[in-house]
Amino acid sequence: MEKLGKAVGDIVSELGPEKGSLLAILLAVQDASPESYVSEAAVNEIARLLNTSRSMVYSTASFYSEISLMPRGRHIVRLCINAPCEDAGKEEIRKALEKELGIKLGETTSDKMFSLEGVSCLGACNMSPAIKVDDKVYGDLTPAGAVRVMRELKEAAKNEHIS
Amino acid sequence: MSTFRELDSYDRVFNFGNYDSSVSLSEYQQAGGYEALRMAIGNPKQALEEICRAGLRGRGGAAFPAGLKLKMMQGNTEKQRYIVCNADEGEPGTFKDRFIMNHIPFQLLEGITIAAILAGAENGFVYIRHEYPLAQETIKKSIAEAEAAGLLGDNILGSEFSLHLKIFSGAGSYLCGEETALLSSIEGKKGRPRVKPPFPIESGLWGKPTLINNVETLANIPSIIAKGSDWYRSLGTEDSPGTKLISLSGDVKRRGLYEVPFGTTFREIIDNYGGGMKEVFTLKAVNIGGSSGVVVPPEELDCPMEYGKCAERGITIGSGAVYVMDEQRSILGNVHNRVHFFLHESCGKCTPCREGLRQVNRIIDRVIEGEASLKDIDNLERFTRCMQEASFCGLGQAAGNSLISSLKYFRKEYENSCVDCVGKTAERGELC
Repeated sequence: MEKLGKAVGDIVSELGPEKGSLLAILLAVQDASPESYVSEAAVNEIARLLNTSRSMVYSTASFYSEISLMPRGRHIVRLCINAPCEDAGKEEIRKALEKELGIKLGETTSDKMFSLEGVSCLGACNMSPAIKVDDKVYGDLTPAGAVRVMRELKEAAKNEHIS
Repeated sequence: MSTFRELDSYDRVFNFGNYDSSVSLSEYQQAGGYEALRMAIGNPKQALEEICRAGLRGRGGAAFPAGLKLKMMQGNTEKQRYIVCNADEGEPGTFKDRFIMNHIPFQLLEGITIAAILAGAENGFVYIRHEYPLAQETIKKSIAEAEAAGLLGDNILGSEFSLHLKIFSGAGSYLCGEETALLSSIEGKKGRPRVKPPFPIESGLWGKPTLINNVETLANIPSIIAKGSDWYRSLGTEDSPGTKLISLSGDVKRRGLYEVPFGTTFREIIDNYGGGMKEVFTLKAVNIGGSSGVVVPPEELDCPMEYGKCAERGITIGSGAVYVMDEQRSILGNVHNRVHFFLHESCGKCTPCREGLRQVNRIIDRVIEGEASLKDIDNLERFTRCMQEASFCGLGQAAGNSLISSLKYFRKEYENSCVDCVGKTAERGELC
């Protein structure tokens, strides 16, 4: 709790304790969180530092779909769900990812490694179907290709763990 | 086909160079970049005249004359003003702004700087959607480089003009592409639209005059000033001068981003730029203008891409997304996908959009399940018209537009799925 207060405090003083910085603060707090989300405690702390109500902070935080109020996995896998990707085979990619990760769209794996989310247009329709894993976009995907990306990430995490 | 030729490199507004990398500041300057900024600083009046004469219109979808907007900004006496570059590209099927930001960031920055000088704005934001981390990174780095080179910041190129530009990250809201919702978002609020008027040029960010333009609009400016409005008007048509970036996707051979002169027909875009249909299947429908655009059958594709002619035929050029569907694709599936999209993105502020979409979604679900009756289709049309006419902002209105077009051209596909239509299926043709 103490630690959280400090981290949020640093972010707020860096970005400026004004209401105009709220969205940037929320995104930065989420990025700093190991579980990629804005916790209730963080909402309270931001409201206190910005001298505003918790409901005001919560109202902004809950409006935007890239801000999560629930803990998420280390890697966030976003599946584009709009028409060009849908027609290019999004459903097959979704099934392959769900099977490989053992979760449904909108869930997080029990080892807190992966969250699988749907996203509105990644602007990658020239290479649909596409997914975005953290900051990287993978296009022209096949179900096998999507599984391969997940396995590489698992492998990398395993090696990290050993070393 | 024989008369088709792509634009010469001189005649391009955008020279993307190598698609794999980003054009650096020195490369951009070697190719004549930042010459327009020098000209604009030397003679701002002339620069504004060129933009007006060029007939540049907003490329985000609304097609408002860019020169007129700048003139309106100049007419305002308030000293504190802002410029905002709308890079919240969220229209499904559109990827032009991503290409501009990732590949020619300095052309965009030069355009923003010129527009800011003409509008008298010394502070500004580039509002980039959160789904584009690479674009955010590239623009951030490019701003720092431009500042170090004296092309941005205090006293640009030694003149009395200054511009302090910052990146503002969106957070996954399609609605924030609507200009007043975008302003609310920068102010730290929910990205909900405001009543217009007052327009942002009168009362924008924190109540101050604010110039908001789309990425593509701003990135047009350096070429117009450097090469002149006569050159610009030699491209395109009298009604719509210049070129448009087309994001071509779907069942064509070559998906991608193309710079297309206005006046080119949609069929030419598909056949010449896209190389025609990908497989043996024939073309069934084309979705022009993204999710908020229209779905049209092949017969409509001979319409030239031109604001006037398209408006007459009820086609919205919008962001320039062209999504091609072959005969395997289901119109109902496409509409279903789009209604889901709008339902998710609707902010819930006004009833026609919020409840209209919910009702429309229920009906389309029933149509797809084969449980709807013909009366439901009439109701669907009624709800859709209500959304079109009574929604508070462009989102609900556009959601209505896209549905109406599918009902206009593909009503048969809806009706064939209805329970009370079974007897007529044979005479109505194929079942979808």
